[in-house]
Amino acid sequence: MTLELFRIDDRLIHGQVVVGWGQPLGLKFIVLVDDAVASSDWEQELYRMGVPPEMDVFFHDVGTAATRIPVYRADPRAGLLLTGDIATMQRLAENVTPPLDAVNVGGIHSRPGRVQRLRYVFLSSEEATELRALEQRGVKVTAQDLPGARCVPLADLLNGSDL
Amino acid sequence: MSNENAAPAVGPRAIVAGHGDFAVGLISAVEQISGRGRMLLPLAIKQLGVEDIEALLRKEMVATGVRVIFTDLQAGSCTMASRRILHGMEDAVLIAGVNLPTLLDFVFADSMPPVLAARHAAERGKASIVAIGGAPK
Repeated sequence: MTLELFRIDDRLIHGQVVVGWGQPLGLKFIVLVDDAVASSDWEQELYRMGVPPEMDVFFHDVGTAATRIPVYRADPRAGLLLTGDIATMQRLAENVTPPLDAVNVGGIHSRPGRVQRLRYVFLSSEEATELRALEQRGVKVTAQDLPGARCVPLADLLNGSDL
Repeated sequence: MSNENAAPAVGPRAIVAGHGDFAVGLISAVEQISGRGRMLLPLAIKQLGVEDIEALLRKEMVATGVRVIFTDLQAGSCTMASRRILHGMEDAVLIAGVNLPTLLDFVFADSMPPVLAARHAAERGKASIVAIGGAPK
């Protein structure tokens, strides 16, 4: 086992992550990478209360996460790494060795300046560029909200053909 | 003939929020069983970000004055958003993991202040879950 999934989801820890992915993957820990959450005890407590007691949650800023990922990858348990936005995942990808293989876009919701690309993904032009940049680094970028849903390749995500 | 069990003509005493049509379905069941579904305001959350859920909940709380929120799942987005709203609000309560017995107890406890009624109902709801049969041999 290792980090089974690197997911971008603006809701961070929520039902789809804990139950939808957590059950089929047998997740035993979540690594939540977010600079703001990593510096707030209250935010951490909020997210910690959202997971079952047998599941660990680790909170890191991007810099610390990059150094800790080898440890999590070597963990015999199944884990999932979460960021709340593309920019954070991109910063992480720039600093992790060995590089990330794949990133899952799990949920980026409507906001002014964003265009809908999937039922659960809305992107600004800057965010689309960031996803392309991730793929150009050799990271396979796909969108998939739940394990049973279609895994949408980046090209299809960006042209909105699955909408 | 007066009906003493009829729901009082008051606005909602609580918000029920959950994934998909969870809230609408539960309140429909409350209405069918008790005729008191109007005491509960459903919020159906479909593909909203946490900020949007928080804004929607806050708007309804301001509009109705409700200080009780029932949500479906402890890890769910509605619960997370509710906890942010209720942070520091001593006169409000969030009940996560709501079920039908909880809501039924709540709507019939209309002589109690809503927050106390919600806490009471949560205990009833917890106690209402039973496993019948299927015991390991």
